[in-house]
Amino acid sequence: MSDETQSGPVLAADGTPLKQSLARSLRNQKMRALALIGPLLIFVLISFVIPIGSMLFRSVENGMVEQTIPLTVEALKDWDIDSGESPNEAVYQAFVEDMIVAIEAKKHTRLGTRLNYEQTGMSSLFRKSGRKIKRLDPQADAPFKDKLIDIDKKWGDAQTWAVIKTHSVKITNGYFLNAIDMQRTPEGAQAQPEDKRILITLFKRTLFMSLVITFSCIMLAYPVAWILANLPMRTANMLMILVLLPFWTSLLVRTSAWKVMLQQQGVINEVLVWLGIVADDARLVMINNQLGTIIAMTHILLPFMILPMYSVMQTIQPTYLRAAKSMGATNWTAFWRVYFPLSVPGIGAGSILVFILSIGYYITPEIVGGTKGVFISNRIAYHISSSLNWGLAAALGTILLAVVLILYWAYDKIVGIDNVKLG
Amino acid sequence: MAALTPISRKPLSLVLPTAGAFGALLGLFVGTANGSGFTGVVIGALFVAVMGAFFILVLKNEKLAKWISILGIGALGLWFAGIPGAVIGLLAGWFYHWLIYWLYEGRYRARLLPYLTSGQVLWHYTFRVICGAIFVFLITPILVVMPLSFNAEDFFTFTPEMLRFEAEGYSLKHYRDFFSNNEWQRSFKNSLIIAPIATVISVSLGTLAAIGLSQSHVPFRRAIMAILISPMIVPLIISATGMFFFYSDIGNWLEGTLGLPKTFVGYVKVVLAHAVLGIPFVIITVTATLVGFDHSLTRAAANMGANPVTTFFKVQMPLILPGVISGGLFAFITSFDEVVVVLFVGSASQKTLPWQMFTGLREQISPTILAVATILVALSIALLTVVELLRRRSEKLRGLSPA
Repeated sequence: MSDETQSGPVLAADGTPLKQSLARSLRNQKMRALALIGPLLIFVLISFVIPIGSMLFRSVENGMVEQTIPLTVEALKDWDIDSGESPNEAVYQAFVEDMIVAIEAKKHTRLGTRLNYEQTGMSSLFRKSGRKIKRLDPQADAPFKDKLIDIDKKWGDAQTWAVIKTHSVKITNGYFLNAIDMQRTPEGAQAQPEDKRILITLFKRTLFMSLVITFSCIMLAYPVAWILANLPMRTANMLMILVLLPFWTSLLVRTSAWKVMLQQQGVINEVLVWLGIVADDARLVMINNQLGTIIAMTHILLPFMILPMYSVMQTIQPTYLRAAKSMGATNWTAFWRVYFPLSVPGIGAGSILVFILSIGYYITPEIVGGTKGVFISNRIAYHISSSLNWGLAAALGTILLAVVLILYWAYDKIVGIDNVKLG
Repeated sequence: MAALTPISRKPLSLVLPTAGAFGALLGLFVGTANGSGFTGVVIGALFVAVMGAFFILVLKNEKLAKWISILGIGALGLWFAGIPGAVIGLLAGWFYHWLIYWLYEGRYRARLLPYLTSGQVLWHYTFRVICGAIFVFLITPILVVMPLSFNAEDFFTFTPEMLRFEAEGYSLKHYRDFFSNNEWQRSFKNSLIIAPIATVISVSLGTLAAIGLSQSHVPFRRAIMAILISPMIVPLIISATGMFFFYSDIGNWLEGTLGLPKTFVGYVKVVLAHAVLGIPFVIITVTATLVGFDHSLTRAAANMGANPVTTFFKVQMPLILPGVISGGLFAFITSFDEVVVVLFVGSASQKTLPWQMFTGLREQISPTILAVATILVALSIALLTVVELLRRRSEKLRGLSPA
């Protein structure tokens, strides 16, 4: 019963089947969107994602030993690490040949520094022996075993060679083991000696203090967000300035302000002494400890808690509370059973945000934290700029990143990245 | 809420003890400062209670009572502790007068619902006081820095001269130091070079990408969004560590292979790093503006013969401009305020203002920092005003204006 024109597929204006035409249009739309996003995506990938990736790689990368003394690494493969005896002449021969090349390229001190992270004394051993090995001739002066032991008797120690052999693998878990207060040994992973265990303590402290900061932010932000959401618009906007001004003020300004306030000779102590609440010789110690870090960071991160809470509380109808009360609920019941559950998404969003921000904070703990109030991030900075143990810094950073990414994922699930609001 | 609740005078048995309790509070402070807290409490409580009784029972004239209270307690303050005491006294005088009449006339109920119990009224005002205290906590550190930056001494605290409001306690010497010291000036200039360039990069790329993201069909939208927002979420110390490794390699390559000058490469590295950090803010603000954007406008423009570029500049851009500008301001402040990344990626010739402040705070602590801080607070007030105005304008454009 159908006639000629209706039996085929539905056609678009230009004669192509409509289905095909729509698919093409959709594809074009997708391509256009990608073309607009493309430049930025490439930019972020190159200048942000790749650097982070290179950090992840650096936390396991360990090519230095093998690059600097390749022959020795090869020769050490035949040596039994558990024999407790120093390796045979072949190893020493290979080592001297390697070292002469390395000294030429001035690489032997870097190797010494690298091995020094694993056993103290290696750096000076390589530096001192280097000067003497330089004068040896790889052909004429053989055999080398006794000569090297003469130069430094540590070369006769099986322990020295065990360290070199253990850390000659290209991809190592050594930095990660170091990051959790363990070490890579010939017998496998073992705990560090008691006096070297500090990183686990630091991780625990970072988590604990971030939790305390998040909790105090919740306690302080909740009343403020409530009052901002329940006051008339005009008044709320005026009070909002008091929240947004700290938010917009430079972090360094706020940190220096807290340094000024919390010092022993600072504003708070002076006022307390002037009022006679605190004796002049018993001024409160509020800086260079955990208390200082907690106070300053709570202040700095408070706006990040208030703003999400406020935007959630704004949507809660005040009539709900009145309805609850009219049905006989007390103030507390009305709040706890009606208002509070509705405001939980705001608390969740703010808490995750504040926790993520505080766990990686560096500047404020560095300035007001002293030695007792510092975070794991300060340790990372120390390894980057002072001890130059970059592998360990990268491993610590990777662990921190993993924690943050889990929280980021949770945030995305609970709040949605698209729903982040500023100001 | 207008004053709908009828108000009535309250009995003195409520007014006087309450006012007395507040008097005791001030008395406690004055008392401890002068040796005996307990005497202070007793005297303070009695003084305010007697003053209240005198005003209500004898004077019966609110205007006159106000001036007696302000000037009387102000004079007492002057006699006790000089000019700072007088200032506190004047304020306290105004407060106690206000408090006594507020309680006596029952004004505290005027703006509340008529059926509230006394307990609820008390909680209402206690809650207000708690919130007030939190607002004070938020704003005090910023306010304290400002007067201290005019300190004539090199101290980080108020000197006795400052508290007596004597002219010689104040000076502009820290500001002079900031404007004449080479190191501060150089870092200030560096900040002014780096931040705008980084902002331009992040705004131009970010706006394009936000427009792309707001299209109706975007493949892998969530994943792309997560990647673009990640520079804001990943802790700065980790970004800095990664960039430190990566950019030093890139820098060596640029210097070695291409033979570019070292300083130039340094600036390029810092600018790129800062541009990445600013991008999430641009994306977030511009995407938020685009949510209210009516796409039929672009179709209408295309219908009337405009090509996509004209449509973008003549139709879309003017409407999303407020969002773009406030995103740009966020990106600017991010770069202008950033210290961890520049500390790791930059070298001494790229020292920015926050870096200089950071070293100043950590090592040779100098009060010039407070002058710089005050200038930066002024800058942030200016930025905040601009962002707020833009936000209102954007809401008006989108027809969401509250009032």
